[in-house]
Amino acid sequence: MFDFLEGYDVLGAFWTTVQLTVISAVGSLIWGTLLAAMRVSPVPLMRGFGTAYVNIVRNIPLTVIIVFTSLGLADIFGVTMGSGDFDVRGFRLAVLGFVAYTAAFVCEAIRSGINTVPVGQAEAARAIGLSFSQTLRLIVLPQAFRSVIGPLANVLIALTKNTTVAAAIGVAEAATLMKTMIENEAQTLLIGVVFALGFVVLTLPTGLFLGWLSKRLAVKR
Amino acid sequence: MTEVSVAKEDVAATGELVVLKNVNKHFGALHVLQDIDLTIARGEVVVVIGPSGSGKSTLCRTINRLETIDSGTIAIDGKPLPAEGKALAKLRADVGMVFQSFNLFAHKTVLENVMLGQIKVRKTDKKKAEEKARSLLDRVGVGSQAEKYPAQLSGGQQQRVAIARALAMDPKVMLFDEPTSALDPEMINEVLEVMQQLARDGMTMIVVTHEMGFARSAANRVVFMADGKIVEEAVPDQFFSNPRSDRAKDFLSKILHH
Repeated sequence: MFDFLEGYDVLGAFWTTVQLTVISAVGSLIWGTLLAAMRVSPVPLMRGFGTAYVNIVRNIPLTVIIVFTSLGLADIFGVTMGSGDFDVRGFRLAVLGFVAYTAAFVCEAIRSGINTVPVGQAEAARAIGLSFSQTLRLIVLPQAFRSVIGPLANVLIALTKNTTVAAAIGVAEAATLMKTMIENEAQTLLIGVVFALGFVVLTLPTGLFLGWLSKRLAVKR
Repeated sequence: MTEVSVAKEDVAATGELVVLKNVNKHFGALHVLQDIDLTIARGEVVVVIGPSGSGKSTLCRTINRLETIDSGTIAIDGKPLPAEGKALAKLRADVGMVFQSFNLFAHKTVLENVMLGQIKVRKTDKKKAEEKARSLLDRVGVGSQAEKYPAQLSGGQQQRVAIARALAMDPKVMLFDEPTSALDPEMINEVLEVMQQLARDGMTMIVVTHEMGFARSAANRVVFMADGKIVEEAVPDQFFSNPRSDRAKDFLSKILHH
């Protein structure tokens, strides 16, 4: 019944999906945190940049961003991401696009987390002589992160599924292979089911694990 | 030579530590601090009392610049309060602050709360910081709770930890912003006792409070505020038995007779 799977590297394609997801997740977590720090910073220029970035980037369709990395950045501006190889370049460009896009959502999740930290926590930190960045790093962000693990799990699940957009620039991940298989094989419905299940297998444990973590790490007040 | 240096120390020991001159602050249209002049000497315990909304908490918070002021000057140990930045952080480290709502770092243990400032601001090494933290926690009577998180402690215990956290920085002056107002009645005394002990040890303290008993027994001076102004300053005995201003008489008659 599953003969149609022969000759296709389904696991390999999903492995590329996982790599895209994990690298983009780490990147967008870092960039998103920096953006959130900018949005709460006392420097008006940084606040302005953070606000403008989030409001512009999160309102652009992801497909446009991903296609732009390839057709715009690579083909017009000659950004090769350190590799002449088409596959490697496409992968790196896709990661760049995912990080740029997802970071806007990470930023907003973290910013709402920062708002859950009582203002007295930051006041107490400043009162013992911690600087703005120490207060943010040691007191506010650790508590903010714990309160937004749930929303961040949503962002991560969305990112996992969003990686399929990389098919638009020919990255050999799961959706690209699915398209190829649907073109070549007769069992289109089964192929769809296999790939849908593949994504559920990736995202379901992520959601369950982060849900558990969120309860475990919740800050008691 | 020896005598000269001793004399110098005496001057330092009796010098002015906190000086507010002509301080004004507005919250929108509300003029919360009006031409405040206040000088606190080294080792002095000053209790600030007054009705709600009189500006006493705001006054306390301006001294380490948690609230900015619109005009006037505030100097601590001869140095005017710096604007935001490293210099301000350095000054805040020398000014201990205890809040009404304790504000212990909720994601850190009691011990970590008391160690954090020593390690990150004073750059003390971990072992020394822990030793000092444990001895301070013993001093305020919560040594056995060191490994717990703030939410697992009673309000009185949390406030005593907050005092230990401030003391760990070796502050020149301690500010108390209504330290017992959020506590259950049976926990107020355990906090006041720690503060009494601190006063006896010669700590310079500015205490905003409604605890008249504490003002009577521990204060060198009572400052009475109303409507953003300092209405009256006197030694506690004189203030409580024979207040000069009508505003203070009215305030005392409302809180002392029941």
